[in-house]
Amino acid sequence: MIYDAGHYDVIVIGSGHAGVEAANAAVKRGAKTLMLTLNLDMIAFMPCNPSIGGPAKGVVVREIDALGGLMGKVIDKTYIQMRMLNTRKGPAVRALRAQADKPLYVQEMKHQLELLDNLTIRQAMVEKLIVEDGVCKGVITETKAAYYAKSVIITTGTFMRGRVILGDISYQSGPNNQRPSVKLSENLEELGFKLVRFKTGTPPRVNSRSIDYSKTEIQPGDAHPSHFSYETIDKCIEQIPCWLTYTNEQTHQLIDENLNLSPMYSGMIKGTGPRYCPSIEDKVVRFHDKPRHQIFLEPEGRGTEEVYVQGLSTSLPEFIQEKMVRSIEGLENAEIMRSGYAIEYDAVVPNQLWPTLEVKNISGLFTAGQINGTSGYEEAAGQGLMAGINAAAHALELDTLVLDRSQAYIGVLIDDLVTKGTSEPYRLLTSRAEYRLLLRHDNADLRLTEIGHQIGLISEARYQTFQEKLALIKNEQERLRKATIKPTEALNEALTKAGGSQLKEPIKALDFMKRPEVDYPFIHQFIPAPIDLPADVIEQIEIQAKYQGYIEKSMQQVERMKKMEAKAIPENIDYDAITGIATEAKQRLKKVQPLSVGQASRISGVNPADISILLVYIEHGQIARIKE
Amino acid sequence: MDFDTIAAISTPLGEGAIAIVRLSGDQALMIANKIFSGQDLLKVQSHTIHYGRIIDPQTNQMIEEVMVSVMKAPKTFTREDVVEINCHGGLASVNRLLELVLQYGARLAEPGEFTKRAFLNGRIDLSQAEAVMDLIRAKTDRAMDVAIKQLDGKLSKLIHRLREELIETVAHVEVNIDYPEYDDVEEMTHAMLLEKTSRISHEIEKLLAMAKQGKILREGIATAIIGRPNVGKSSLMNTLVQENKAIVTDVPGTTRDIIEEYVNIRGIPLRLVDTAGIRETDDIVEKIGVDRSRQVLKEADLILLVLNNHETLSDQDRQLFDLVKDLEFIVLINKSDLPTKLDQEEVERLAGSQPIISTSLIEEEGIEDLEEAIANLFLSGQLETDDLSYVSNVRHIELLKQALIALDDARAAIDAGMPMDLVQIDVTRTWQILGEIIGDTVQDSLIDQLFSQFCLGK
Repeated sequence: MIYDAGHYDVIVIGSGHAGVEAANAAVKRGAKTLMLTLNLDMIAFMPCNPSIGGPAKGVVVREIDALGGLMGKVIDKTYIQMRMLNTRKGPAVRALRAQADKPLYVQEMKHQLELLDNLTIRQAMVEKLIVEDGVCKGVITETKAAYYAKSVIITTGTFMRGRVILGDISYQSGPNNQRPSVKLSENLEELGFKLVRFKTGTPPRVNSRSIDYSKTEIQPGDAHPSHFSYETIDKCIEQIPCWLTYTNEQTHQLIDENLNLSPMYSGMIKGTGPRYCPSIEDKVVRFHDKPRHQIFLEPEGRGTEEVYVQGLSTSLPEFIQEKMVRSIEGLENAEIMRSGYAIEYDAVVPNQLWPTLEVKNISGLFTAGQINGTSGYEEAAGQGLMAGINAAAHALELDTLVLDRSQAYIGVLIDDLVTKGTSEPYRLLTSRAEYRLLLRHDNADLRLTEIGHQIGLISEARYQTFQEKLALIKNEQERLRKATIKPTEALNEALTKAGGSQLKEPIKALDFMKRPEVDYPFIHQFIPAPIDLPADVIEQIEIQAKYQGYIEKSMQQVERMKKMEAKAIPENIDYDAITGIATEAKQRLKKVQPLSVGQASRISGVNPADISILLVYIEHGQIARIKE
Repeated sequence: MDFDTIAAISTPLGEGAIAIVRLSGDQALMIANKIFSGQDLLKVQSHTIHYGRIIDPQTNQMIEEVMVSVMKAPKTFTREDVVEINCHGGLASVNRLLELVLQYGARLAEPGEFTKRAFLNGRIDLSQAEAVMDLIRAKTDRAMDVAIKQLDGKLSKLIHRLREELIETVAHVEVNIDYPEYDDVEEMTHAMLLEKTSRISHEIEKLLAMAKQGKILREGIATAIIGRPNVGKSSLMNTLVQENKAIVTDVPGTTRDIIEEYVNIRGIPLRLVDTAGIRETDDIVEKIGVDRSRQVLKEADLILLVLNNHETLSDQDRQLFDLVKDLEFIVLINKSDLPTKLDQEEVERLAGSQPIISTSLIEEEGIEDLEEAIANLFLSGQLETDDLSYVSNVRHIELLKQALIALDDARAAIDAGMPMDLVQIDVTRTWQILGEIIGDTVQDSLIDQLFSQFCLGK
């Protein structure tokens, strides 16, 4: 018998990286929220690599933080190593990456959620959605509990009809031998969802005590670690290094000889895997002439000896994995604690979603995270946050939030998903962002704190601090815009020392800062600021001055883009009634149902002539409408 | 909808004696006024027509004598400010004019864009909407057809190759950014990038140079005949015209009245031009000065420098050699029927690698040799007859120029010590611009390149 188990504003199915952000965001917007999870001990568990951040992904973590999400704060509390990457490149591509203490991260995230008022956390397996007349009204669990809500968010990751494959064995399973979610997947199909089969994989883990680190290279953390959250106060903690070793001829030979045993090549794996995350067998086959591949040894935490063997993702049979691991320098006597495996799962074809992540033909239903065809903790978390914000909006009749491609990587991610779809697990790369220079890791707060505050996810206290930072930046910029640097002997001497050419004419300090050899401390020597400024304020002033030309160019492009984004396409437009648009383009447009001309122009198969014709119709206000 | 100002040649190309460049948009009057010498167009009445000259403000050089119609919004075809510049119908001059208005702020109109604006601004009735759609589609398709035809063969291949090089370079920079710890990949350096961008710039410059020749071959090679008095310039002209049954076009009156003679030499159209009166002036230098002469001569694609076999080389002759030294020229030693007094060795030295032909125009000797030299000059090596229609499409030329600017920006950024990921912005832009030429603007290919070129993963 199905029983009424309670009524909520928002229900979140799943408690992975998407689920936890969704729950937190919904609660912060004021929604009475229920989070259902298969296993309470696995909240925000990292089934693959023990790290968070990196290029593009690290910026997402900061964006999540600027919008009041959890990931940044929790990793700041639980990291074992922090590194700023790309420090010798431009500010747009600098990226923070943390090695996580996996068990601690889970514990801390769980605790954060437990402390939230208005959030109910419950261990349960959801089997069915309650959908009536295209409206989602709740969920039913395997124990026949019916929970009702105005909005439901599915964040089931790789659990849907998950199947683990290891050598010649395979069995239904979620990641890390958890229970898979089978009935929900079937239910989604019944509801008319188009699902796709994707695949991903993970490498074996070994016991640290069996590794001979003397044969590997140390990869230490930064001496002065930065942090993800704008609320974390920078401090130094004892960090744990990672280690670098390499595969070799012997490893590759082993793989070559046993390819027939690989489920990847025997045809056993049918799902589409990500190209950016290939298995070692894939790497050896596709790049056959490479004599070696890097292997990073990454500790899984402070309180465990388990070490993640990054670079060795594989689904080869266990006995080959043993031999493969032991062919590697430093790992000759390594003891495998868990074998690597591949996992296949169902994902939702993401162009079935609106940019709010609401499902197009089921009102009140949202999906977020790996279920939407992405991969990566950060991509999942970013979507979870947005789904939480919008699900709460739907339930409480608040404003929805869609970030555009110039505002955040999260905007790029979601726009790519809902507009272009994806034919493989989607990973964010900096090159996916056309306004990369604007989407920097250093300015995520400048881009998004205001929005976070408006939607109630950023506290007054934090907003106040942010306003103070803004004022400091603005005042100092103003001062430097007016202050003149004169070509004195002392100045030119300092310039020569810094490897720059002599200054001949007086120049405004802000322009002077554009010289590559001149930084803020240099200018400070000659025209000291009245107060000591925090490092992040100085960083903003430097970046904005030095890259002004490029930033302005990007802004102009954004302006043009925004004009197209502002041209809304009415929901009930009838593409069939528009003569002139090519047949293929019509089909794509009907499928994606873009909300703006800008979005329409990014659909592949829709060419400029089609857009031109579309514009003509829209501009003229004589829209062909679906017959009532 | 706020519109920028668009421009296009609105008469069929290469047909008719008059060509019209039409501008439409807020800036139409301002742009036209910048390059127009005559009445101040900003002050004239609407729906009036004005005589004047088109001057390139940068060089102060006159491009054309024109009639300019000024039609202010809203009583125009597009309901925007419209300017129509009527000029002499030669394709080269019309293109030059179009390039100039584009340079001063207009954007090249999309196919059917004037009609589209007319529709959007309510000039055309709604009942015509479908016809407009068809028109846009048809014009776009036709433009594509034309573009693709002109792209057949070498140019297309070359553009593809350049793009491939660019995308490889970009992918290389990207992989350094997105996978900073992968040591399999060599770090792209500023020096490497400088080398690549310089080389690609050079290739595009060559293409543009060829583009010019492609245009030349459709248009006729602008040919100037120069030489001291009495060396046989007029005879040469008459001989060429008679020998080749020239089409003598007399374009009287509306905008200018000069005579151009087209002759067809072995399939190559030659346009014997009177560039600022060079042809009729015995001593061009004396008339307009050295610098100005050089400028004027640069306008010609080919110069026929005529010497007198029966006289010694004069300073005036040497001065002419000096004027043409960087240009394509052929030396004619005329009056070969008379005893030689000319210092052949010095002539050879002055001519360098340019051809020297001996003629006797009176005896009608050496004409064959001259024709062959002209044909050789333009067809040997650099151009094959199949490729005569090379990059003559204004859109392509415009895009190539933009690509060149983007590459210049990239090099400037390298010089300024900008980080690699910023330099890369302009390199990517170059790749995109070149993509527009061949109709390939798919963004995802960068990601594809990244994963096929490098071995990446966790």
